[in-house]
Amino acid sequence: MTQEASTPKKSNPIVPFLKLPENYPDQEGYLWGVKCPQCGAKFLGARTACANCGSTGPFEEQKFGGEGEIYVFSVVHQTVPGLEAPYVAAIIDLDDGVTVRANVYGLDATKPGPDWFGKKVKMFTEKVRVDREGNDIVAAKFRVTNGK
Amino acid sequence: MRDVAIVGANMLKFGRYPDKDVVTLAAEASIAAMKDAGCTIKDVELVVSGNLYQSNAMIGQRIMKEIGATGVPVINVSNACATGSTAFREAYMSVASGAYDVALAIGSEQMGKMGLLGADGASREYSTEGVMGTGLMPGVFGQAGVEHMRKYGTTQEQFAKVAVKNHKHSVNNPYAQYQIETPLEDVLNARPIAYPNTLYMCCPTGDGAAAAVLMSAEKAKQFTSKPVWVAASVLTSDPYTPRNPTMFDINTLTRNASKEAYEKAGIGPEDLSQVELHDCFATAELLHYENLGLCGEGEAGRMIDEGATYVGGKIPVNASGGLLSKGHPLGATGVANIVEIVWHLRGEAGARQVENSKVGLAHVIGLGSACTINIIKK
Ligand SMILES: [Zn+2]
Repeated sequence: MTQEASTPKKSNPIVPFLKLPENYPDQEGYLWGVKCPQCGAKFLGARTACANCGSTGPFEEQKFGGEGEIYVFSVVHQTVPGLEAPYVAAIIDLDDGVTVRANVYGLDATKPGPDWFGKKVKMFTEKVRVDREGNDIVAAKFRVTNGK
Repeated sequence: MRDVAIVGANMLKFGRYPDKDVVTLAAEASIAAMKDAGCTIKDVELVVSGNLYQSNAMIGQRIMKEIGATGVPVINVSNACATGSTAFREAYMSVASGAYDVALAIGSEQMGKMGLLGADGASREYSTEGVMGTGLMPGVFGQAGVEHMRKYGTTQEQFAKVAVKNHKHSVNNPYAQYQIETPLEDVLNARPIAYPNTLYMCCPTGDGAAAAVLMSAEKAKQFTSKPVWVAASVLTSDPYTPRNPTMFDINTLTRNASKEAYEKAGIGPEDLSQVELHDCFATAELLHYENLGLCGEGEAGRMIDEGATYVGGKIPVNASGGLLSKGHPLGATGVANIVEIVWHLRGEAGARQVENSKVGLAHVIGLGSACTINIIKK
C-alpha cells in the first residue's frame, strides 16, 4: 500500500444484508440472507444459529427478489433532525418469504388508509448519504408498482 | 416459593426536575417508600435499582450513598421500558426464594426533554432510521396499531378514544406530569406524530422515581396490619415470530406473560378489579386489551367505544391517566405502575379511586423486548 494512492470512491450498502454487485450501479443491488436447513425459517443477513429452532446450520444462502407487498405501515411525521418527513415507513413482506423494513414511495402520505394494505411494491437502491471516507452509502427502498 | 407482601410504596410526581439529579430523585422516592413501610434502610437486606441510562454508572450504589450505605447487595437493572418492573421482580424473587426477608426495589430515570426519539444516532452514518423504514418507538407503535386496523378494521378514532379516556383520568392524579382533558376532536386534530398516533396519543418523557419495599409474610406482620400481596410476578422475552425483529412483536410476549401470571395467581382476567397497562402510545392500549384477555380477539375497538375501561366501567384501565398523562421516565415507570395499584388496593387513591379494588394487574413492555406482569391483591 502506498500512502499517496487515494482509494477510489466506493458504494457501500447501509446494512450487511443489502448486497451491491461489483459493477453496481449498472447491476442492481439485492437483499441477501439465509435459510435454516432444519425448520426452513428465512432471515435477512448471516446467522450464528436459527432464532426459531436453534439449528447452527450450515445455512443455505438466499438471494431475495425485490418484489413484495405492504403488510403494515405508519406515516412518520416527527423524526430525528436532518431526515425527510413525513415519510411512509412500512413493513414489507417479500414474495420470497422474508420481511423487511422500508420507506415506500409513490403513496400520498396525507391519505394513509386500508387501501394501502397488500399494495405491490418493488425494491430499488439509492444513495442516502456519504461516509467520512467519501464513499456513497446506499439503502434499499421500495416503490409502489402501478396497476396493482 | 414464599408469599411476598408489599409493605411500602411511593413515588414522586413525574415531570421535569432540572434542579435535581437522578440520584436525589431515586433517594427521595426510596425514603418515602421506607417511611410508608415504617422501616429504615437498616431493615433492608437487598436493593434492586432499575434505571435505563445510568445502570452502567452504578446508580444503585450511588443511591445507597445518599440513603444509607449499609453494604448490602445492590443490583443494577436495565431492561428497556420494563426496567423498573424487572427490578421489582428481582426483589420479589429474592424474597420469595427465602434468600432475603426485606428488599427495596427502586425505579428512576431522568430524561429531561429527551423525548421518545431518544438518542438514536441518525448522526451515525450507517443508521437506517428514516431511510429504511423506522425502528423508533413512535413509528413502531404506529405500525402495531395499523396491524390491528388491518386485522379487525379498528379505526384511528377508536385509538384516539384511549387518549381521551386516559387524559380524563389524569385530572384526578396529582402524580401525573400532565392533568389535562383532551376531547376527541382535539386528539384527532393534534399534530400527527406517526400515523395513527397524534401528539396526545404519545406519552411524554421526563423525570421520575418510584420505590417499593417487599417483605416476607412473617416480616411484614412486624410492620403493617394491612399488607398487599404479590400474587404473580412474571417476566417474558419475545419468542420467535416470522416478522420479528424486522417488525417488533409486542403481542406474543404479553400474551405469554398474562397466561403465566393468571395461572400463578390462580385467577382469570374476569377477576381483576383494575389494570395499569403500558400505554406508551394510544395504539398499544387497545392491543393489550386483547393480549391481557380483557376482551375477545378483535373486540378492543368496541370495548373502548362502550367505555368499559373508564373508572366506573366494567374493568378500569389506567385510572392513573396512564403513561399518556403520567409520563414515562423509563426506569421509573414499572415501579410506579405497581405503586398505583397498591394505592387503590389500600383505598388511598383519592378522587381516582377504583371502588372496592381487590386485585390489580400492572403490565409493562419494553421493546427489544421484555414484558412484565405483576398481579397484586389485597
Ligand atoms: Zn430453524
